[in-house]
Formats: sequence, C-alpha cells, structure tokens
Amino acid sequence: MRLNYPSNVKVVKVPCTGRVDMLLILKAFESGVDGVYVAGCMEGECHYLRGNLRARRRVEQVKKLLDEVGLGGERVEMFNMSASQGQRFAQFAREMTERIRSLGPSPAKKNKEVLP
Amino acid sequence: MIVGNRKEFGEILEKLGTARRVLVLGCNECVTVCGVGGEREVGVLASELRLYWQKEGQDFAVKEHTLERQCDYEYIDAIRPLTGEYDVILSMACGAGVQYVAEAYKPRLVIPAVNTTFLGVTLEQGVWSERCQGCGSCIVDMTGGVCPIARCAKSLLNGPCGGSSGGKCEIDRDTDCAWQLIVDRLTESGQMERYEEIQPVKDWRTGRDGGPRKRVREDLKL
Repeated sequence: MRLNYPSNVKVVKVPCTGRVDMLLILKAFESGVDGVYVAGCMEGECHYLRGNLRARRRVEQVKKLLDEVGLGGERVEMFNMSASQGQRFAQFAREMTERIRSLGPSPAKKNKEVLP
Repeated sequence: MIVGNRKEFGEILEKLGTARRVLVLGCNECVTVCGVGGEREVGVLASELRLYWQKEGQDFAVKEHTLERQCDYEYIDAIRPLTGEYDVILSMACGAGVQYVAEAYKPRLVIPAVNTTFLGVTLEQGVWSERCQGCGSCIVDMTGGVCPIARCAKSLLNGPCGGSSGGKCEIDRDTDCAWQLIVDRLTESGQMERYEEIQPVKDWRTGRDGGPRKRVREDLKL
C-alpha cells in the first residue's frame, strides 16, 4: 500500500495490547515522550479474548492520572484497528500526531530528577 | 486480607508539603493483593510524583522500595541505611504498617498514601468485599458462616430488621441483607433451629470498645 505515517511515531511492539500496563505508559512519559497511543485489535476480535478491552480500561485510568498530575489525559489514547487496516493505522498516527502537536511538548520535559 | 484505597494524588501532594526527597515504600502483603500498595502501585505513585515535579521544574529525588511486610520490625529495620537520604517516607501499607514504620524511624516524617478500609475477601479480580470487623469473639458458627457484625449495616445479632427487602439492605440495592443470607444458609444446611435461639447482648469488650488490643503468646517469645 506504500502508506506514509509521521516519522515522529515510534512503534513499541507488544504481543497483545493486554500486555500494556499503566506503568509502561507512565515510563514513556517519564522518558520524555509527548503522547502515547495504544493500537489494539478490533473490539471483540482479540486473540486472547479480552486483551484489547483491558488495555482500553488501563488507558482510561492513565488519562485520569495524567489529568491529576497536570499533563492532560488527552496525551494518551486507545485506537482499534485490524491487522489488515493499514490505512486506519496511518490515519490514527496522523490524528494523534496532530493532536499532540496542538497540545505542544510534554510539560514534564522541563526537568529531570537531579537530587543525588 | 486488609483492603484499602489509595489517597487522591492531590491529597498526597498536600501532605508532602515542601518535601522533595521522597521514599515511596510499598508492602508485599495485603495491599499488594488488593492492588493498592504493592510494587506496581509504588511504581505508579512514584511515576506520578516524578512527572508532576518535572512539570513544575523542581528538583526532587523519588526512590521506590517495597518491603516484604511493614508490620514486622525485621523488614522495616533492613532499610535503615536507605531512609537517611530522604526527607519523607511515603508509606503505601495499611494503617498498621504506616505506624510501625513511623515508630521505627521517628522523628522522620512518615506519610500515609493509602486509606485502610476493611478486612475482606476478593470477590473477583478487582472487586473486594468486607467480611470481618475483628470483634474478638466470633459467632459465625451460629449464623451459617455469615457475619452479621460486619455484613449487617446495623450489626444486628437477631435480624433481620424492617429494612430488609427482596434480600437486599435498605442502605443500597447492591448490598445483600446479611440476615437474609444467614436465613438462606441455615435453611440450606438444615440448621434453622439455630435461628430460633435469641442471641444475648454482645460483650463488646473483646472488640474495640475494650480499648486497643494486644496479644501475648509466652510460648512463642524468644
């Protein structure tokens, strides 16, 4: 299909989105990323039955948490697409990139842990 | 197990005040099982604090550590060298653990990150329910294995009351009437004659009404 998606999107492979834990997303933000989205299979079509549904709940939880710390829950999102929907993958990559660009860089980039 | 809820992030921040060197201390026992203060939850809270202070552009040091138990002195004492480097210990254990850590490291400031709520069981992954209030004199043999002290909103010993309707308690439609459960269980097990026995007024001195409790086993002492 030779589809393009923004080069700022870094793909982290997991065997199933059910592997995505809150801590994985939080660690990504700690390392300085501006946004995270989880690309799962279509709901109801999880090979492991409920992996993508669990991931969605965790993403919702991280949204609340990012709102609490002041980064903004909109920096994290869950999208669903099947393995054959390359266009959808590229579309979500563009949508999320646009959303994060409009939000600006993550405010947590200002400072790193400095006290010894 | 002991079940708790994590405090809101805002409340934790408020309690931390100006402290920026924080040791987030988890516990591997009950609070790990009920998903409130184990290694994972320590990681999440530490991450929240780091992100918040990074955002605020402040200098900070957040250390994560999880003890096997915060209710045994031997485990608490093992982190003595670590504690000196931090202004505050943010304990994610139950109230017992928080207090024992505070006692071991006085006058260092120890802050609770968890509200301890009840003694209960896991109904399913992510759902817990209260079962015991530690009254100090168990009577569930009389009540079909259902505790009316913990599970009846009024802790009635001779129930149910008039608020029982369709097997539910009047406090809300999702709460089972403990006395309905008791009658059902006694019926199922052919022990309804127990229901006829009037329970006398309970001696609450074995519970909290007798003041803080302490247990000594001379044969176990070293």
